[in-house]
Amino acid sequence: MKLLYFAWLRQKIGAETEQVSLPADVTDVAGLIGWLKGRGDNYAEALKNEKVIKVAVNQAYARPDTPLKDSDEVALFPPVTGG
Amino acid sequence: MIRVQREDFDVGAEMRSLTAGNTGIGGVASFVGLVRDMTGGEGPSAMTLEHYPGMTEKQLGEVEAEARARWELSAVTIIHRYGRLEPGEQIVLVLTASPHRQAALESCAFLIDWLKTRAPFWKLEETPEGSRWVEARASDDEAAARWDPDPDKIPS
Repeated sequence: MKLLYFAWLRQKIGAETEQVSLPADVTDVAGLIGWLKGRGDNYAEALKNEKVIKVAVNQAYARPDTPLKDSDEVALFPPVTGG
Repeated sequence: MIRVQREDFDVGAEMRSLTAGNTGIGGVASFVGLVRDMTGGEGPSAMTLEHYPGMTEKQLGEVEAEARARWELSAVTIIHRYGRLEPGEQIVLVLTASPHRQAALESCAFLIDWLKTRAPFWKLEETPEGSRWVEARASDDEAAARWDPDPDKIPS
């Protein structure tokens, strides 16, 4: 799975993008965030306030229960501030 | 027509190109967003806009489709810039053309309200104390929400 991070999430995690292989028991967006938090202090710190984290699956806004598969492109980012 | 670009844009040229050859258009409404000086002239206040290439165009396209479903529109232009911008520079342009003024004016306001809460852009401000990410404002969500039910809404 391709992961992308934007704005302060990118800075806190220290990567723009990475390829990961999901464990079999990670099947949705909420599961992915929980799994990422266990990957290191930078992830735990970046993702600690889950309420402000937006997730897009294949460039469409997703919900905690949106299902995931290995070929998805998943982006995590803070609330948007364009316009 | 949707464009996401680093370069500046010419509002007059965009308006002429929007209406060229279509004499059924009765009016064009416009919104031009500018970089506001947040420091009152004290020190730098430029900003850098980051975005998610691909998703940005997709989300802007969906917002345009929603406007076209709600109002009778002859043509729409949305241009959003990214990269480093100085106070006073243009950030975003929304143009809506319609046979009728009400459709043009309302859809223009709708488009800017909706794109602010959906298009994946993030502003990094330069301040005298260092750079900081601009926080989303609840008032932007409220402005987007006044346009009514959106069954697919997730952003806020």
